[in-house]
Amino acid sequence: MKTIEEIKAAIEAAIPGAGVEIVPNPSPSGQHSLRLAPDHAVEVAKFLRDDAELALDFLSNVTGVDWPDCLEAVYHLYSVALKHGPLVIRMRTVNRTDQVELPSLTPVWRSAEFQEREIFDLFGIVFAGHPDLRRILMWDDFKDHPMRRDYVEPDDFEYEPTAHDEVLKRAQEHRNRE
Amino acid sequence: MAVADNKTEKPDGWNRPPVMEPEGEGELLEVAMGPHHPSTHGVFRMDVALDGERVIRLKPVFGYLHRNHEKLAEGMSYLGSMPFTDRLDYICSLTNNWAYALAVEKLTGQEVPERAEYLRVILGELTRFQNHASSIGFLIQEMGASGTPLMYAFREREKILDLFEALTGARMMVNYMRFGGCRVDASAAWLDAARKVVAGLPGFADEMDRLLSGNEILMARTQGVGILRPELAVNAGVTGPMLRASGVNYDIRKVDGYGIYNRFNFRVPLGDHWDVYDRYMIRLLEMRESIKILEQALKDIPAGPVMDPKAKLRGFRPKPGEAYGRIEAPKGELGFYLISDGGPNPYRYRVRPPSLINLTVLEDMALGENVADVVLIFGSVDIVLGEVDR
Amino acid sequence: MAVEAGLKIELGKQGVFVTTLEELYNWGRRNSIWPMQFGLACCAIEMIATTMARYDLARFGAEVFRPSPRQADLMIVSGTVTKKMAPQVVRLYNQMAEPKYVIAMGACAISGGPFKQGYNVLKGIDRYIPVDVHIPGCPPRPEALIQAFMTLQKKIDGQHLTGEGRPRHLDAQAQGEFPVPVPGEHDLEPASNPGVWPVPLVIQGSGIRDQGSGNSKS
Repeated sequence: MKTIEEIKAAIEAAIPGAGVEIVPNPSPSGQHSLRLAPDHAVEVAKFLRDDAELALDFLSNVTGVDWPDCLEAVYHLYSVALKHGPLVIRMRTVNRTDQVELPSLTPVWRSAEFQEREIFDLFGIVFAGHPDLRRILMWDDFKDHPMRRDYVEPDDFEYEPTAHDEVLKRAQEHRNRE
Repeated sequence: MAVADNKTEKPDGWNRPPVMEPEGEGELLEVAMGPHHPSTHGVFRMDVALDGERVIRLKPVFGYLHRNHEKLAEGMSYLGSMPFTDRLDYICSLTNNWAYALAVEKLTGQEVPERAEYLRVILGELTRFQNHASSIGFLIQEMGASGTPLMYAFREREKILDLFEALTGARMMVNYMRFGGCRVDASAAWLDAARKVVAGLPGFADEMDRLLSGNEILMARTQGVGILRPELAVNAGVTGPMLRASGVNYDIRKVDGYGIYNRFNFRVPLGDHWDVYDRYMIRLLEMRESIKILEQALKDIPAGPVMDPKAKLRGFRPKPGEAYGRIEAPKGELGFYLISDGGPNPYRYRVRPPSLINLTVLEDMALGENVADVVLIFGSVDIVLGEVDR
Repeated sequence: MAVEAGLKIELGKQGVFVTTLEELYNWGRRNSIWPMQFGLACCAIEMIATTMARYDLARFGAEVFRPSPRQADLMIVSGTVTKKMAPQVVRLYNQMAEPKYVIAMGACAISGGPFKQGYNVLKGIDRYIPVDVHIPGCPPRPEALIQAFMTLQKKIDGQHLTGEGRPRHLDAQAQGEFPVPVPGEHDLEPASNPGVWPVPLVIQGSGIRDQGSGNSKS
């Protein structure tokens, strides 16, 4: 497979103004990623899938990440036809509160369907263009996005025989409440 | 906008399931199959809309076993998540451990000694064998065979679980692989016991083949049912025996060559007709290939340490970065994506679940089939809910 | 009131069999407990292994696993009960016909197990339904499940048919159905059933001790 710089050059040659930047990966795995701007992402995705030299026709994994200032979706692409990979592409939302839309890559790779629903359920990124965006793991009336770092768990009293510290405090509060 | 041309132009929406029109009059019958159902392999629900016996619409519903494994891992050290990976695909806990260890080794650049690699291969292929045997057993049970093939499969499984227990201490939740090798070395007596068990496995595979493959009922019910086209399979991220039964030659053991798999001589069986019978046959043939690998590995295993001497066991803090490591688990491609921020806990820990992604195409395979065949198609996908919901 | 054991054996040698109605009734019930096919997670695989050829559970009377709750006597809750699944579990328990028993198999069914810190994990099925036997383990070995089965059989043997401690199905006033929790916006509502799960509050080191059933609203 081409190096990450060559892929970036190929994308920018095919789709001018695509807004692609390289995100280096300091670990020994050497899996560097490309950050895409959301507005041209679907075209870039189609190019990556249909290009004869890259032929990245297999989307392996879609991950949601919760950074302190925004949310991110990471896609791992492989090629079944040419047996190479992975290429990692990422997209960031603007912030974590109200501007959380990203374009959905489900029309390009069907395997994103359930995984993007899961990211919507657990992180709260809204994927525009997804055919069926609803919660997948939690029940439909659930209101929070549990995988976010600022999620507060419900106060489920846990009985422990030798309670101390946090659990002791909560147990005492429950006792007083009753 | 110059986008590179592909020879086969795909129209928009080609990878969506077709919209079926009911043939009869009146309303559709909506049936919720599950979450408590004898054939749903666990707590899984399918909302099926039927026109008579034909399936018009099928929506899977999961989450009944969502145990927030990924969030737990963010609060635990890297090694602390290893027992939890056992409980992902709970029938094959060793391959789950291996995938996680591989991902962390990619993140840190650790090396694994040779004996540990051989042990990993031996245990991984034993796991694959008993998983495929159980999967065939469950599939035939749903066809109405009332548990007899499952009894045979579990008889072999118990022998393999005895080996696991002798080596790792537990039958199912083994917690055996470590970052940089394995936890405990295998004694010569264990290797002899393993060779004895492996010597009995070809006879079992032959027995299953003789009893099941030519069976009229099996052939009539599974041939031509639940067809999955290869281009849809690749686009939908399907992996494992399901992908190979659709004729796509993609086995991560051959493609990535992780561990020492490129030393072993084994073939990758592929399917021609892309139906449920092919998936059953692929699993049976992969059982035979596993036996081949096991015989070679048990012959060639060298002496040596099973843990990288330079591996840091306490205070394990990988440098910041990320890594995605994947293996060919018995159900498909099991991958772990880890983002490290330099601390003792992972910043983001993600499991790529093969069972969940293989279910993407359940609707496509089941549309237009009879509701009784939906159970078979679902059984041929071979899922485990611990992995789907994590 | 029973005949003394030595006399029983003597009479038995003569071909006369003496027993009480209670013993006979309980003997019939304990030797034909039919479990419901209800596996949730990993413990379900050990439950299936218990019914397979090596650790055959059918020897003990669990001849068939009935898929329908109406035809089952025993619900072996094997695996983690999540909050999404908990209403279904309680509903299934309500649909079982009396006499019915529950075995909580594995650490997850007893108290949430290794997944205790979970937003979707119910910390023990005994928050909503009464449990008769708890088996610790993750997963418990098939022998442990057989031991639990035998414990349940001993419990049934010890049930008296009249008087205060009689089982639920012989007591017209007893409550056999329990309210089904509803999934709310953040958690299940109610979070537990106080009639079934009295919160025991023996908090060490704080001087707080609460004897008896814990839901004391004074």
